[in-house]
Amino acid sequence: MVGALLLREWKILLRARASVVNPLAFLLLSTLLFAIAAPQLVAEASQQASGILWVLVLFTQLLSLDAMFRRDYDSGTLEQSLIMADVPFVAVLIRIFVQWLGTGLVIVIATPVIGPLLGLSWSAVPGTMLALLLGTPALSLLGSIGAGITVGFSRGGIILALLVLPLFLPVLIFGTDIVNAAGAGLNYTAQAYWLALISLAALIVSPFAALAGLRISVEMQ
Amino acid sequence: MKLNQKLKEYWHKLGSPRWFYEITTNWVTFFGIGALLLLVTGLVWGLAFAPADYQQGNSFRIMYVHVPAAMVAQSLYIGMGVAGFIGLVWRMKLTDVAIGACLPLGMVLTALALFTGGVWGKPTWGSWWEWDGRTVSTLVLLFLYIGIYALREAIPDLDLRARASALVCLVGTVNIPIIKYSVEWWNTLHQSASFSLTEKPAMPVEMWLPLLIMGLGFYCFAGHQVLSRMRLEVLTREANSRWVAEVMLSKGAPAAVMQPSTTDTTDHGKD
Repeated sequence: MVGALLLREWKILLRARASVVNPLAFLLLSTLLFAIAAPQLVAEASQQASGILWVLVLFTQLLSLDAMFRRDYDSGTLEQSLIMADVPFVAVLIRIFVQWLGTGLVIVIATPVIGPLLGLSWSAVPGTMLALLLGTPALSLLGSIGAGITVGFSRGGIILALLVLPLFLPVLIFGTDIVNAAGAGLNYTAQAYWLALISLAALIVSPFAALAGLRISVEMQ
Repeated sequence: MKLNQKLKEYWHKLGSPRWFYEITTNWVTFFGIGALLLLVTGLVWGLAFAPADYQQGNSFRIMYVHVPAAMVAQSLYIGMGVAGFIGLVWRMKLTDVAIGACLPLGMVLTALALFTGGVWGKPTWGSWWEWDGRTVSTLVLLFLYIGIYALREAIPDLDLRARASALVCLVGTVNIPIIKYSVEWWNTLHQSASFSLTEKPAMPVEMWLPLLIMGLGFYCFAGHQVLSRMRLEVLTREANSRWVAEVMLSKGAPAAVMQPSTTDTTDHGKD
């Protein structure tokens, strides 16, 4: 059951390549915008790189959240899988996981390219990748709550942002702090543990909350 | 055992809009009078008689509005979270009425806390706005309020709206301490909390007593506002029922009021 669902989502991710390529393209494009609009901000070894990178990651996540349940919601598959699944929250968790594979993990892998483009020093890249690896799961998990509730709206974009961005704040704070510490050559173990804690706490709470939100959205259909 | 049963009965009765309407009639008056007395006393005492601060002079007096507004704004959000939890678990209709009543007041009080904070910050910190930890977490609170408001506006169906906003209130309330502590850890310029349950206030008694009175006054005012709004909403939602007709007739309402409302109470259905 779990395996079949996972395989299905994985195949969709591979076949609909847009869900992997689009966030990455968006991230690169907005990096380019920053380079044009504020070249002094993205100069080499810039102090601002951590903040810009994390805000761009947050926006990329936010934009791809809507697609997390959209396709299956529109086709009715989602309703069926909520009814049929032995443990419905697993069906939700798998979708969140696959969304993270297509967005969070891709961002982590792309960091060695995008980070230096934003002026991040090379010594900070490993720390930044660790921060993103620990922080982006929390973004996908917390975001799934908002995505679940707003998937029933035809134009839920701004409401999704209003609901979800405040929840992202702790991740942003600890994430940028790790990047800054890594750039300055300081120890960032404590902040890394905090990020991991936030992701784990989100893992416990979010699938249930997202499931409750999806149940409401399914009734809205 | 007896108390236990009484509480249980009370709990079940609380789910009945009619019973709620009847029992809160006196509460509204109580909170209203309490708010009037406390706020007038607190304002006159705080603005005219409390001693000026040895460093901040008279500008500190905005504290008598700023602190209570911020406290009540946070309490109202937590109240919405509790109401959301009860609503999700016991499916009480009244909890959604409570959320809808707390929402606008909480939003206004959060904005008031931010505004008075700016007015206080100008003479003390030298600028209207500083990205300080507690300022930011209050601003986040405002956005949490706005998010729920936007969500409620977007769902026409009463039942679905109730469930969605209950869920979001609950999630937001769980997140409030996390956001608050991480933001405070991030940056703090703000002076620490004026009141804490475990420690004596750092201010002299002539200064904090009026603040306490203002705090209680703000809470009474919030109680009055929330209950009044809830009662109005209960009447609107139950407009077609017999007991509302009786209540209206006993108040000498004109016949026009008795027309069943067709706008708010109808189920918009699931298109």
